[in-house]
Amino acid sequence: MIFSYYPGCTLKTKAKELDRYARLSAEALGITLEELPEWQCCGGVYPMAKDEIATKLSSVRALASAKALGHDLVTLCSACHNVLKQVNHDMAADENIRTKANNYMQPDEAYGGETKVIHYLELLRDTVGFGELAKQVKNPLKGRKIAAYYGCLLLRPGSVLQMDNPENPTIIEDFIRALGAEAVVYPMRNECCGGYVTLENRELANRRSGAVLESAKECGAEMIITACPLCLYNLNKNTDGYDVPVYYFTELLAEALGVKEGGACDGAGQ
Amino acid sequence: MQKIGVFVCHCGTNIAGTVDVHAVAEALKEEPGVVFSADYPYMCSEAGQNMIKDAIRDYQLTGAVICSCSPRMHEATFRKAATSAGLNPYLVEIANIREQCSWIHKDMPTATEKAIILGKAAIAKVHLNAPLTAGESPVTKRALVIRGGIAGIQTALDIAEAGFPVDIVEKQPTIGGKMTQLDKTFPTLDCAACILTPKMVDCAQNENIKIYSYSEVTDVKGFVGNFRVTIKRKARYVDETKCTGCGICTEKCPMKKVPNEFNLGMNNRTAVYIPFAQAVPKVATIDPEHCNMLKNGKCGVCAKVCTAGAIDYKQKDEFIEQEYGAIVVATGYNPIKLDRYDEFAYSQSKDVITSLEFERLTNAAGPTSGQLLRPSDGKHPHTIVFVQCVGSRDTSGCGKEYCSKICCMYTAKHAMLTREKYPDTDVYVFYIDVRTPGKNFDEFYRRAVEEYGVHYIKGMVGKVAPRADGTLLVQASDLISNEQLKINADLVVLAAAIEPDKTARPLATMLTASMDTNDFFTEAHPKLRPVESPTAGIFLSGTCQGPKDIPETVSQASAAAAKVIGLLVKDKLTCNPCVAHSDEWMCNGCSSCEKVCPYGAITYSDKEFKMPDRTIAIRRVASVNEAVCQGCGACTVACPSGAMDLKGFSNRQIMAEVDAICK
Repeated sequence: MIFSYYPGCTLKTKAKELDRYARLSAEALGITLEELPEWQCCGGVYPMAKDEIATKLSSVRALASAKALGHDLVTLCSACHNVLKQVNHDMAADENIRTKANNYMQPDEAYGGETKVIHYLELLRDTVGFGELAKQVKNPLKGRKIAAYYGCLLLRPGSVLQMDNPENPTIIEDFIRALGAEAVVYPMRNECCGGYVTLENRELANRRSGAVLESAKECGAEMIITACPLCLYNLNKNTDGYDVPVYYFTELLAEALGVKEGGACDGAGQ
Repeated sequence: MQKIGVFVCHCGTNIAGTVDVHAVAEALKEEPGVVFSADYPYMCSEAGQNMIKDAIRDYQLTGAVICSCSPRMHEATFRKAATSAGLNPYLVEIANIREQCSWIHKDMPTATEKAIILGKAAIAKVHLNAPLTAGESPVTKRALVIRGGIAGIQTALDIAEAGFPVDIVEKQPTIGGKMTQLDKTFPTLDCAACILTPKMVDCAQNENIKIYSYSEVTDVKGFVGNFRVTIKRKARYVDETKCTGCGICTEKCPMKKVPNEFNLGMNNRTAVYIPFAQAVPKVATIDPEHCNMLKNGKCGVCAKVCTAGAIDYKQKDEFIEQEYGAIVVATGYNPIKLDRYDEFAYSQSKDVITSLEFERLTNAAGPTSGQLLRPSDGKHPHTIVFVQCVGSRDTSGCGKEYCSKICCMYTAKHAMLTREKYPDTDVYVFYIDVRTPGKNFDEFYRRAVEEYGVHYIKGMVGKVAPRADGTLLVQASDLISNEQLKINADLVVLAAAIEPDKTARPLATMLTASMDTNDFFTEAHPKLRPVESPTAGIFLSGTCQGPKDIPETVSQASAAAAKVIGLLVKDKLTCNPCVAHSDEWMCNGCSSCEKVCPYGAITYSDKEFKMPDRTIAIRRVASVNEAVCQGCGACTVACPSGAMDLKGFSNRQIMAEVDAICK
């Protein structure tokens, strides 16, 4: 099965593990991820202003290029996923944005939101199936208590992203269970880590991330997995006193599928 | 030669503010057949009506056009005035230049031009109007009340008191509705059961009231004064006439793990059950989904222990047909489901409950015998947070845009009673606004704040996080002090919005009664006819029409009863003479009209016709029962040969109006 793949800038720099283990795992599961040629940055943040068009164009280019290739587009980074899905929704549902974006780009064929954007986790849930994934697991993570951290961008706004219930999600917990581990459900798993605020108000980001870690720890988590490079950064920079290692979910997947190079995700080296 | 009078109303400034009424009267004077045209400030006033009557007499008018408000408002008024001056009421036409003209335009020249056009159309129609005489139809002197909550009970009691027989059809095994689940009622704090159960008993004992419990309305035919209703009596597997309500079957039933809906699933009941001690009728019902005997034929304990021999596993659903003169809808409400409000952790923690669940927890007949205990561990909660407007006044698309109206008061009641009974408890109430209009209502709320020390905080709760130690971390904003709050609570109570019962929508379809976008029944007029549906003979009682508290529900229930009594005391009803009729020469017998008629007014028969060539032909043609036809016009649209026409709204008349508008 072939999918177009949009890694995004961070996955080429700070979050190489997120990307590398996603590719290795996909290969092990019989899925081909074809990186889009000459993709550009998604824009990083979805522009909320209704008349802001130019900053959405790089996403539209990626979406249109996936349409030309004829495959669904898989994303991985929470921020890229959020921006691409929201811009795609705009192109399908907002005539004003669609018209202006197409007028600006003058493509051979007008783009109207035809590409289906899915997150890697959706690929695992809806295409592979968590039941099938569980069968493919070579090293079941028995006895490990793992907590999912969703952050704010992966699922919201729920009506547009259509991935899971943002206030009480289950997709990553189901993923953890498929790998044979115990999923720790804790209330702060969908709260904000502090995001970009860490650049100008470190103390606030500390409090936000600290609340997440404290809540996870309190509920018995031994480690946390996430899909978002920024979340991972914030949680790792604010671990003071909590001692809960944070990994990308793809690293854990690769470990369970037996394709991870080096050691297990056990906190060593963090 | 037609002699038509035109009367243009100012409606104060309602019309005259945007329409040059004098210009309209002058312009319409020039229309063919118009012999009199004038404007007047209030045509519906006595002086205005006299102006119409005088003109009819003085000019010997053959038709009148009133340019005024909607015919729904004053058509009857003007028709009556015309009748008293000797003009057939169906020779009066209304041109609606208020709702359809002055109210929707801002620019006077445009509105004036449109008003003239609407007047011309009405004149063109009145040229073709024929005098019509209304017939009469009998009235079945029996009323039907659908659902027996406090609204249905009050309506039924009032109708029965006036001497008319009335049937209550209740879906549940007992009447009583939501009020049976409440503990105390605001603002006087009298116990709900103490004031409700005597009324339930009155219903059971009143000779004029028949209760069909565990039953549903499945079909409604006919029209005002002459409804034919099919009622499904669901099999309860217990013979109502034999059961004494002793309850021994419910004690001995081995299937004890059925969630008890009366206590909102907070404890269990048996498969054969009586909902609560004061149920009316006090008769057991077997729940076929959980009874082992009905599911796989293994058990039969209840039949063995029943000394009255009332258990009947072979009972079947029964359908009965009854005739009624009037139908009252009292289908009530339910709290919304909270699955779209997971931020409050309702589905994740047992200690996040709805306000109705809180009622059961404080009710002496509830799962905790009235002790306020946490559902998770049975411990007494020391900090309680109440969240108002959960799903009410919500424009996000998750809930309801309207205010549920009752929550501010019952939350104040819950908070006050908690502080009264457990003074060691800290009570917080989060609100958007506190809305307490109503007699003694604001005083009640102030008592909660001032005397009972309830912490009222303006702001919404953003998240309820169940913590590992069993407490609930409530994150909220205090909008007045501009602070983010974190409260460690033991219990969180959500004031869920209320919505119409799910049975209301299919019932409305059966009754051809209109509803709004929220599935509340629409009243005939929001101010002047609040308890009647626009469909004649259908009346509205209680929350099926909009959110209401108990005092308001009871007032409306009695008002609906008064309207029903006003209908049932009549021996005959004047029919609408604007009914369909079929041109038998044009009818090709296709049955299209019969299929679309919602009232069953059209029948087909073979008739002899003398053909032009002097032969006799037998043809199948439609005929309309004028007493049954309601003049909806569906048949005239369906008829492919143009044989069906509506008196007063004939195709010719409508086309004349269209021509006048397009000229």
